[in-house]
Amino acid sequence: MLLRRIIWVVARGRSPLCDSATVIYPTRQLKCAGCGMVNPSLQSPHSSSSRTFSGLSTTRCGLIYRKMSENGAVPRRGKVLTLDTMNASVKKVEYAVRGPIVQRAVQIEKELKEGVKKPFDEVIKANIGDAHAMGQRPITFFRQVLALCTYPELLDDNTFPEDTKNRARRILQACGGNSIGAYSASQGIECIRQDVARYIERRDGGIPSDPDNIYLSTGASDGIVTILKLLVAGEGRTRTGVMISIPQYPLYSAALAELGAVQINYYLNEEKCWSLDISELKRAVEAARQHCNPRVLCIINPGNPTGQVQSRQCIEDVIRFAAKEGLFLMADEVYQDNVYAEGCQFHSFKKVLFEMGPEYSSTVELASFHSTSKCYMGECGFRGGYMEVINMDPDVKAQLTKLVSVRLCPPVPGQALMDLVVNPPQPGEPSYATFIKERTATLRALAEKAKMTEEILNTVPGISCNPVQGAMYSFPRISLPERAVQEAKAKGVAPDMFYCMKLLEETGICLVPGSGFGQKDGTFHFRMTILPSADKLKVLLNKVKEFHQRFTQQYS
Amino acid sequence: MSFLREISPMVRSIHLPGQEVLMSRAARIRTELRQGIKKDFMELIDLSSSDIHSRGIKPISFLRQVMAACCYPSLLHSDRIPADARERARSLLTDSNGGSIGSYPPTGGMAKVRRSVSDFITRRDGGVPSIPEHIFLTTGSQQALTIFLKLLVSGEGPLRTGVLVPVPSYSTFSMALANQGGVMVPYYLCEEQGWALEMEELQRALQAARGHCNPMALYVINPGNPSGLVQSRKSIEEVIRFAAQERLFLLVDEVYQETIHGEDTEFVSYKRVLFEMGSPYSSTVELASFHSVSKGTFGEYGMRGGYVELVNLDPKVMEHALTFFNRDGSGTVMGQIALDILADPPQLGDPSYPLYSQEVQSIKNTLLSNVRRVHSVLNGVPGMSCQPIRGGLYAFVQLHLPQRVIEQAKEAGVEPDMMYCQRLLNEAGLCVVPGCECGQREGSYHIRFCIGVQEEIMEEVLQRLKSFHSHFMREFS
Repeated sequence: MLLRRIIWVVARGRSPLCDSATVIYPTRQLKCAGCGMVNPSLQSPHSSSSRTFSGLSTTRCGLIYRKMSENGAVPRRGKVLTLDTMNASVKKVEYAVRGPIVQRAVQIEKELKEGVKKPFDEVIKANIGDAHAMGQRPITFFRQVLALCTYPELLDDNTFPEDTKNRARRILQACGGNSIGAYSASQGIECIRQDVARYIERRDGGIPSDPDNIYLSTGASDGIVTILKLLVAGEGRTRTGVMISIPQYPLYSAALAELGAVQINYYLNEEKCWSLDISELKRAVEAARQHCNPRVLCIINPGNPTGQVQSRQCIEDVIRFAAKEGLFLMADEVYQDNVYAEGCQFHSFKKVLFEMGPEYSSTVELASFHSTSKCYMGECGFRGGYMEVINMDPDVKAQLTKLVSVRLCPPVPGQALMDLVVNPPQPGEPSYATFIKERTATLRALAEKAKMTEEILNTVPGISCNPVQGAMYSFPRISLPERAVQEAKAKGVAPDMFYCMKLLEETGICLVPGSGFGQKDGTFHFRMTILPSADKLKVLLNKVKEFHQRFTQQYS
Repeated sequence: MSFLREISPMVRSIHLPGQEVLMSRAARIRTELRQGIKKDFMELIDLSSSDIHSRGIKPISFLRQVMAACCYPSLLHSDRIPADARERARSLLTDSNGGSIGSYPPTGGMAKVRRSVSDFITRRDGGVPSIPEHIFLTTGSQQALTIFLKLLVSGEGPLRTGVLVPVPSYSTFSMALANQGGVMVPYYLCEEQGWALEMEELQRALQAARGHCNPMALYVINPGNPSGLVQSRKSIEEVIRFAAQERLFLLVDEVYQETIHGEDTEFVSYKRVLFEMGSPYSSTVELASFHSVSKGTFGEYGMRGGYVELVNLDPKVMEHALTFFNRDGSGTVMGQIALDILADPPQLGDPSYPLYSQEVQSIKNTLLSNVRRVHSVLNGVPGMSCQPIRGGLYAFVQLHLPQRVIEQAKEAGVEPDMMYCQRLLNEAGLCVVPGCECGQREGSYHIRFCIGVQEEIMEEVLQRLKSFHSHFMREFS
């Protein structure tokens, strides 16, 4: 039923705030097919509502009539907002990255603090891509400029390098009243959008980028959810289907559940280093056409949680596929600087698209996402991000602009940080040397940890780990003894959840089970970040190794 | 080319605020002025939003010092930052994962900040207890409101969730409600009584709504936006009784609680009144109260820091609310730092106290003086009337427009007050919001503008408004 969702009930006066509102006038009485009650105050906004109403069960009709008659001083019974009255689609929303394992980890930390004895001294959270929490240092230049932007009195302090001051002045000039506490345009501060566009041009070898196509966001997730929200339409067989990789990052499945979109799974090929096979995309889209309208294809490159980096050839194939099938491409590229494996390189979807020539570059619709939270910055707490939209229909783009204005502006400190990321110190500037040193050290350490993770995990019988080519996670496959699988099933939990929970209780290591990301039936995995310091990571990996051996013995 | 055109009908149905249209026109005028194009005014003054920093009101130093030290911890050893600000920054950094404000805050927000907010609420409410675990820090209060709308809105046809919304209010809320597909049930504040919230009107609105939708929540804004109303304790009690009796979830927007104008007005929180009413109200009425660092004397809009405190929420629903607070992140750390200072400002005896209290007092004095000037000047202008502004950051002024204006506007296909605002912008360089954007009784017309500006700018605004108005009225009489 696609009636306008905002309906005004106006008895007098006119509909303020909303010109497009539907105003309801009394038309006729309605009789409930279920209980036969006639309610004189019931009015029909349009003809189909009587159908809807008579389709209700008698109990539900009874419920609203009872509610209507409760006008006297009847004391309240129970709550207004309960699981029964709550928006049902909310119940389907899950978020594994901070699911039950993490909640238990928080509890264990508390117990440790209270002096409860455990076989370990601390909880190691390798569940979430939060680099600073794991001890990574922020980039000095970024933080100096942010300090100057928040407290501009320091602009005369000679301990700050000159380039940090210039940068801070430039950002402040773009802010209302020269304050980063001022409201910005919903799409983001204009000069920052220009800097983002120039960054994209540099990254993509000169392919032009239009600042009007850039939307700053509250981290990448805000952008991703906004685009999904915009694209989900239709009912039944015409309902929008969105293709997501399995394993996937649970932000996608959670957003699709909330929006009531159809999730279309395509499986990455674990045997081929989590690569993306076009034949699998075809299979998935064809199967989905039977029951929904596939309109969107989401790609995470470098992959989360799988760590693969797509080849140029693969990206071309995906673009051709999207063009042929008429799919809107969403490219989650937040790990674009996190590429470690030899022979691997990050190619942006935009660059490949434009290099494929006008046949594609003028037709394929693309939104690509970036953020300040990952790469060498790891600044999750600032919630900075942007998206670039390509080839979007102008009318749809106007709707997008409207949609972002509902959530007001992205946090301005996050916008400022995004600006510094896309416009870092240049050769010859005082901060350049330190910046390069810090960035290189962070990326090098990540590369070493990626290698170490793969190597140690692959020494464990029953664990096999693909190379961590990029991003921040390993996603090894674990074989679990049949008895463990049975016991987990008896307990009503996924076998890898059972495994991870036991690992947490025995070692204090917090990982996310593969079932939270999706995996082929009968296979089990976990996601582990490569973010702890090298020493800590080594200890952690060896503990996982010991645990896995113990677990396998115990259940075989 | 076959670009995708079919998009979410809910998104399409969101009405683009006229405020945005005016603001983009204002941006063009600014550019023209910069290019040297001659106008009847030297400078454009934009009073359309409540963003006080953009109009030159300075941020609170203590707040910015703490933030700067958190961003760049080398400042913890700098004498450019007062000792108490450094101390505060240190404790906030200790509470951050990995000692960096670049890490994700935990679900619900930083533990230290939730405790500060909880203590603040307890103090504010004369000792009524507040539980830190029931406080959630978010990316501005609007995000918290949106999460609650997500939880509340469901059903189809006559079972669709309805929310009672005051008229006048502001367009962002109605857009958020439309975005969730909720039914807006307007209740009209009584302008003649200083925008009072009257119980008969709530009753009427509710009765009219039942049958079309399932009214589940009552949204109140206190102090009012844009009405400037500050509810009395008695009025709040009545609303709570009404919500209890009619089984409505109370969504209470209290973001203007710091801006109360004059000694004779007092802000009392809904939560306090609820608890002081005792059982069964205090143990049953479900309430979500919202606050933010964007308004008040802080005006840190760009930081996006807000919180919601939940009272009597069903624990099972709380679990699902948590999923959203998880997924949508628990706000930005900078916003949370600002909240910490809002909740726990420097105290008498602290090194930063004198400057802090002077800064806050100066903003309050500015606001009070502006409120008085607006009231006395505009009530003397023929064709304008303005109710007392007891709280908040807006004046909402009624325009008594001649019939010819209304007819001409109708011909042009715009609302009469929108036409007035367009002309005010083009001819006098003042950007204000028409009443049709906020909602108003049929046949009444208003303008809304922010009173958070320096006194001399407010004087300039009033002069321009007065002279434009008399010119406009002459033209149409």
